[in-house]
Amino acid sequence: MQIVIKGTTLLDPQQKLNHKADLLIVDGIINKVGNLSKDDYRHSTVYEFDGKYSVPGFFDMHVHLREPGREDKETIITGSNAAAAGGFTGIACMPNTSPAIESAEVVRFIKEKCSLHPVEVYPVGAVTAERKGEALAPMHELFEAGAVAFSDDGTAVKSSGILRLAMEYAKMFNAPVIEHCEDPSMAGGAMNEGYTSTTLGLPAIPSIAEDIIVMRDIMVAEYVKGKVHIAHISTKNAVELVRQAKKKGIDITAEAAPHHFTLTEEYLKDFDTNYKMNPPLRTKEDVEAVIEGLKDGTIDCIASDHAPHAIEEKEMEFVYAPNGIVGLETTLGLAVTELVEKKHLTLSQLVEKLAVNPRKILNIPVPSIKEGEAANITVFDSKETWTVDISKFKSKSKNSPFNGVKLTGKPFAVINKSKLYSDEGFVNI
Amino acid sequence: MPFILSIVQRFKNERRNMSLTSRHLLGLQGVPKEDIQLILDTATTFREVLERPIKKVPTLQGKTIVNLFYENSTRTRISFELAQKRLSADTINFSTSTSSAKKGETFKDTVRNIEAMKVDMIVVRHESAGVPQYLTRISKANILNAGDGLHEHPTQGLLDMYSIREKTGSLEGLKVCIVGDVGHSRVALSNIFGLNSMGAKVSVCGPLTMIPVGIEKLGVKIYTDINKAIAENDVLNVLRIQLERKAGQVIPSTREYHNYYGITAERIEKNNKNILILHPGPINRGVEITSEVADGPYQVILDQVTNGVAVRMAVLYLLGTMH
Repeated sequence: MQIVIKGTTLLDPQQKLNHKADLLIVDGIINKVGNLSKDDYRHSTVYEFDGKYSVPGFFDMHVHLREPGREDKETIITGSNAAAAGGFTGIACMPNTSPAIESAEVVRFIKEKCSLHPVEVYPVGAVTAERKGEALAPMHELFEAGAVAFSDDGTAVKSSGILRLAMEYAKMFNAPVIEHCEDPSMAGGAMNEGYTSTTLGLPAIPSIAEDIIVMRDIMVAEYVKGKVHIAHISTKNAVELVRQAKKKGIDITAEAAPHHFTLTEEYLKDFDTNYKMNPPLRTKEDVEAVIEGLKDGTIDCIASDHAPHAIEEKEMEFVYAPNGIVGLETTLGLAVTELVEKKHLTLSQLVEKLAVNPRKILNIPVPSIKEGEAANITVFDSKETWTVDISKFKSKSKNSPFNGVKLTGKPFAVINKSKLYSDEGFVNI
Repeated sequence: MPFILSIVQRFKNERRNMSLTSRHLLGLQGVPKEDIQLILDTATTFREVLERPIKKVPTLQGKTIVNLFYENSTRTRISFELAQKRLSADTINFSTSTSSAKKGETFKDTVRNIEAMKVDMIVVRHESAGVPQYLTRISKANILNAGDGLHEHPTQGLLDMYSIREKTGSLEGLKVCIVGDVGHSRVALSNIFGLNSMGAKVSVCGPLTMIPVGIEKLGVKIYTDINKAIAENDVLNVLRIQLERKAGQVIPSTREYHNYYGITAERIEKNNKNILILHPGPINRGVEITSEVADGPYQVILDQVTNGVAVRMAVLYLLGTMH
């Protein structure tokens, strides 16, 4: 099988590639970059993607797939479909499933389920048994089975002592500990603490709950020379702490979720549970700090924190509704609209944050648009505007606050593992 | 314009002036002064009805009202029920503890089922803030908030204002201090929003752990000295202190609270003998207020309870007769 991707600009920051050229892909391998012959076109299925970009496939390092345990909300396959529709060729899935990803069996189960899917799924193993924060999970076994990082996501590793051990242990595999930073003694609220929470009468989480754990994690990482990754960073102080830690040479990375550089706590005023997430939506100042962090490289990557929930779970009294929103299918649009269109990031920087950096953090090879390499490519349009319609989501869940919002930047196709995904579904290539 | 039409127009205008701007009462935040005025004035009429030998009017005959109480409440529910009966409405009570409701049918299904039986108004109390707002999205009935989480308790705010106005004649420029656990009180927030609209000067007093973050942005002065608060205000609205001890409690003990913030006759006599004392009840005697004060000459605590029925009648009437 051979195909031609025609008319796109190749944008590959690692190779400093940024020019228009057609691609010939034969049996899933990039055969020619430019200089295609007439025969190449004649013998190929030609995909006309004029004016769009071909970039290394996007990677979302923070996804909740819900399988095993809550297949009614999302399965490995539906989540992977949502990823493909959102322009991702790879995702890392968080371990707060039931059972948690805390045994080699669960890691292997996930890897097997997605083995034929063009989206690669990399499990993140639990740090502690049952994510209780008490005793280490079998991290070596998890790593050997295919886990690429460790996290008790949903909560921070409760005890500093256990976190220290986990970072030391994970160092043996050069794997990061991914931290959901929230001091458990200040957790449990339904939104960010401040004037808005006071007027809404909602129990709230102070921003220092995040800052304190970021600070602790930096200190532990510095002490054991470990590797820590801050998930969904959301406060001004936390961004500054990471910035300073990086200056000191501590092995720390961070991600930001699209909602944390797009929305503020003010959106909660109608008690719409689609704005309820953890970390909660913060203030305008925090949003600006997250954007600044993305600009200056303090924040390495963008990750959706895709958190599917059933309709009946979100359509509930605000305090009882679960945290989180689906994000795989809106990440690119939000990032282009909020970051590229507003001149905070160049397209090349965006590709670094969506494709290059997340893989580097997880020690996964970064795909290149180069002859002889396997084609792992995302095709997207940076100018096309579209309106989010949750009924068209591939994800099983529809809990998004962005329904009806007009975005710029739209994924058109992903190519990986000798398959191409577009509006028409998957085809072998 | 033909004469008859101008009469109709004038009648319509008057009607518009005599009705509320919203068909729900979710809270006092953003409720215009004219609406509050209208409710309080209407309540004055109903307050007279309560003094009659036959305390009943046919105003809401044929209307069906559900009291949806997801949280324990005796006085608020009884007050609402009585107000509904005095207006000749048909009332149904649905009371359940939130914990048992969480396990079974969803809130939305419960509401849809009740509504399918054709109800006109829902009075709701719930431990989660925002439930009344949520109800307006899933129900066609008029929604009346009887307390949601730590958010609002608008009829309490209204009856407090009514009780103050009854004594002072006006709320404009009056200094009102809310004393106690402001951060864990829906009464406080409704009082602040309502009194602010009516031109009163609102302050709060309590240990700083009881004062919620950012409250000063509502134009509220903060006192930590109860003597000063008594001396500088015309009215104290004394909040109930929760007796249950739990981790993360905002005060070391009720004893310490009483010693530094309790409203005692001695403090009143020393600082301001003209002060008016309100308390939303139920009272913890000897904690936030002494019996001497709770039963003494400065307070209007039982008046508040009577006024509560009149104010709720007013709100039910105004919402129930809207078109």
